[in-house]
Amino acid sequence: MLTKLTGGRVYDPAHGIDGEVRDIYIRDGRIVDAPSDGKIHEEIDLRGKVVMAGAIDMHTHIGGGKVNIARTMLPEDHAADVVARTELMRSGCGHAAPSTLTAGYRYAEMGYTAGFEPAILPANARQAHMEMHDTPIIDKGGYAMLGSDDFLLRMMTANKDQEAINNYVAWILTHTQAIGIKVVNPGGINAFKFNQRKLDLDEQNKYYGVTPRDILMRLARAVKELGIPHPLHVHGCNLGVPGNKDTTIDTITGMNGLPMHMTHIQFHSYGTEGDFKFSSGAAEIAEQINKHKNITVDVGQILFGQTVTASGDTMRQYAGSAHAHPNKYVCMDIECDAGCGVVPFKYKDQSFVNALQWMIGLETFLMVDDPWRIFLTTDHPNGAPFTSYPHLIKLLMDKSFRNDVLSTLHPEAQAATHLASLDREYSLYDIAIMTRAGAAKLVGLADRGHLGVGGAADITVYTDNPDREKMFSKPDYVFKDGTMIVKNGELINVTWGTTHVVKPEYDASIETSLKDYFDRYHTQKMGNFKISDDEIVDDGRGSLTVQPLHKGGAL
Amino acid sequence: MTESTEAKIWQEVASPFCGIASDDLTIKVEGNTVTVQENGDAVTKKGFETPISDTQARIQGKEVSLEQAVAYAADLLRASKQPVIAGLATDHNGARAAVALADKSRATIDHLHSTAAFRNILVLQDTGWMNTTLTEVRNRVDLLVVVGSDLEAGFPRFFERMVWNEESMFGQEIESREVVYLGKTPSGDASTSPKGKKAQVIACDDADLPEVISVLRALINGKTIQAEQVGGIAVSQLAALAERLKEAKYSVVTWSASMLDFDHAEVTVQNVCEMVKELNAETRCSGLPIGGKEGDTTANQVSAWQAGYPMRTNFSRGYPDYDPYLSDTNRMLAEDEVDTLLWVSSFNVDQTPPSSSAKTVVLGRSGMKFEQEPEVFIPIGTPGIDHEGRAFRTDSVVSVPLRKLRDSGLPSTFEVLSSIEKSL
Repeated sequence: MLTKLTGGRVYDPAHGIDGEVRDIYIRDGRIVDAPSDGKIHEEIDLRGKVVMAGAIDMHTHIGGGKVNIARTMLPEDHAADVVARTELMRSGCGHAAPSTLTAGYRYAEMGYTAGFEPAILPANARQAHMEMHDTPIIDKGGYAMLGSDDFLLRMMTANKDQEAINNYVAWILTHTQAIGIKVVNPGGINAFKFNQRKLDLDEQNKYYGVTPRDILMRLARAVKELGIPHPLHVHGCNLGVPGNKDTTIDTITGMNGLPMHMTHIQFHSYGTEGDFKFSSGAAEIAEQINKHKNITVDVGQILFGQTVTASGDTMRQYAGSAHAHPNKYVCMDIECDAGCGVVPFKYKDQSFVNALQWMIGLETFLMVDDPWRIFLTTDHPNGAPFTSYPHLIKLLMDKSFRNDVLSTLHPEAQAATHLASLDREYSLYDIAIMTRAGAAKLVGLADRGHLGVGGAADITVYTDNPDREKMFSKPDYVFKDGTMIVKNGELINVTWGTTHVVKPEYDASIETSLKDYFDRYHTQKMGNFKISDDEIVDDGRGSLTVQPLHKGGAL
Repeated sequence: MTESTEAKIWQEVASPFCGIASDDLTIKVEGNTVTVQENGDAVTKKGFETPISDTQARIQGKEVSLEQAVAYAADLLRASKQPVIAGLATDHNGARAAVALADKSRATIDHLHSTAAFRNILVLQDTGWMNTTLTEVRNRVDLLVVVGSDLEAGFPRFFERMVWNEESMFGQEIESREVVYLGKTPSGDASTSPKGKKAQVIACDDADLPEVISVLRALINGKTIQAEQVGGIAVSQLAALAERLKEAKYSVVTWSASMLDFDHAEVTVQNVCEMVKELNAETRCSGLPIGGKEGDTTANQVSAWQAGYPMRTNFSRGYPDYDPYLSDTNRMLAEDEVDTLLWVSSFNVDQTPPSSSAKTVVLGRSGMKFEQEPEVFIPIGTPGIDHEGRAFRTDSVVSVPLRKLRDSGLPSTFEVLSSIEKSL
């Protein structure tokens, strides 16, 4: 069956197409050439509509232990957004910590066709995949968290060579079924278990003697040498600490050109100026990002209201627990592997700090020049739930709307930003880069995020509306792998997406030391730790898509 | 795993029968006969070795085909005004199918161990906690305080695997670890160190435990206590324990909610958890709830991600409606609020449904005996013996893969519940 999408205005930055009127042909879930015999089975008239690839959220906490702790601990947050069953959809709940089913439906209804869980603890990877298996429609995948795991730190203390570390990283990617490597507060989660309460970039873990900088360099190099398309995904040191911008700048400049993605940069861009000893470091950070082409960032924009923060960063989450709203929190040390902290939080527009966080995020968006190197996130749900993306897009695309909101915020915070003077407005092309082409390239998805022949037919169609929030909230159509799943903003079909992974090669001899480590110290056997391909397929509706590697090789 | 021609020997088998989910068992399978050869204990031996007897479904005691039983169960659910899906002693996929079926049939879901599990869940929802997991305990614990629980009775290998292991990753002298029982006295010697150092026991009655914990927490916070005794314990003894907790580098306070069997034990659990948080102002201390028997952790996890809420959630209005009191299915059954009960119990032949006036469908482990024959009985396979599966451990973090060890032909809970759902 061949479907023709006729006459839409196409935004496909991967092919440099900026609003040209084009026809798109779909067959068997893929975008194909126009048929030579002219035979079309179905035609959909998209004249006047805006056409983009399906959007990709490259950093969203949608599956895994800490998300499920957040769900369990927040019945009062679900109560305001309980979702009834329909003939098509399962019941569930939405808002800050939505049920897996509701999350999938809502992403699809917004035109998103993929989401990546950024913090898969290897010890908890099975759960993360089980939850994503119950997340409908969208494709998914995740980044395995390393950097506070004792196995790596022991290797580093023992001065193992880079090749050994590469083997371990490849083994972890393969057996946790991940597509990238994440590091959270490098070594800091581990240091917290030894009762260290802060860890700067060059501060030593008191047991291992290694520093966050050492860990970042080792892992970034492993990712590069293995040819993993997604750069090392870094949640840096000192999240949320006033003055952390200096650490962030040291981190950016210290990578010697190695690719690194710095996530939720907003939370790492704080100065200490002014009466409140809290100020924006966005301009300095943006300048460094603009200068260092090896760096990509996502913003982690905050938006006002109730949410929940869920992070692997036990050290910083414990420090932030005093601000929990409502007043409850969970921190966990986990399996000599990592940790987690879940702290509900309410961002208030009349709080100086929260208002400035909002401004810092937007300043960053507007001052980083290259939309291919900055990504639209709220670090769902840490800065705000993902359902607020259309609102965030409007803030980026509409200066007068942005300044109207700004004028309602904490007055002294307004005085501390020059946001009002930033004239930049994102274009539809910029949005398509940030949420489609750039995101696919960053995650390493060869067949997604673009509308070229051979690409997956993940396509979103909007009505061009000057109110960008309305436009991006309710697409006219969403196609997932060629199937129309949304029509006029309503879900009409439920499908099940694939799980994207990479499978770098490794020397099997790494299992000799891993098996010994598991046998001596762990409470699970190495063989039972590994997640098989069959587990991802599970009851038949899951599938694996192995994405191609880049050319690797020793540096 | 290795195979021989007659008996099959399976190694590194994970046990779904207790919450610590040991995965180092060696198991022999000959035909349908399963024997734990290495690393077994009372819980896992019974779990793995219970023989298969009946394999045929029954309606009102008469043998029928699986299809007939499924259709009949679907009819009962369709006609029901207040169905309950409970027991839920199953694996991850069984729990997934159960929550899906509850959503479609507008049932209330519950687990047979919910009364114990909610002593923890209510605390999580009210104030939270700082907890740890089994591998951290194995490598780091220097002082273990066991609150109100005789751990080895329910979790026989806890001490062997998590406390008296051969070595710690961090060079800790294992023999230097200390164990204190606060409340109950241990029933055996599992908590005694390899060189014979016995646990310190500070005993009191369950009824006094809330007060004892309150005093311990107050002492940790530097409060002055006027009384000299609480629950028969000298306050000076508690003050000494408070000091040890403050001096420890990585203390762990553990409890099994099923053994804190008194009214409003959640308040005591909350006091323990807040005390742990307060100790973390200066040093490291973690809680460790031990439970997870018969799939209760798994059921709560799956329900939380599919519905947003743990057990005791009611779908009768078409959406998840969570109420730990109203949707306590023991209460609902006792007060005749339920017309149809679907009971899932795949691990333990003794876990039969509570007696009630409801028409009852049992998906039970083969060999289950009933005082009153249920309306429908469907013998099902046991996860990790008759079919593959996955089960969460007590810490809600690690889940273990379960293997299919024999080809008994018994269907999985997932298969049966999914068939019922499709027939609705």
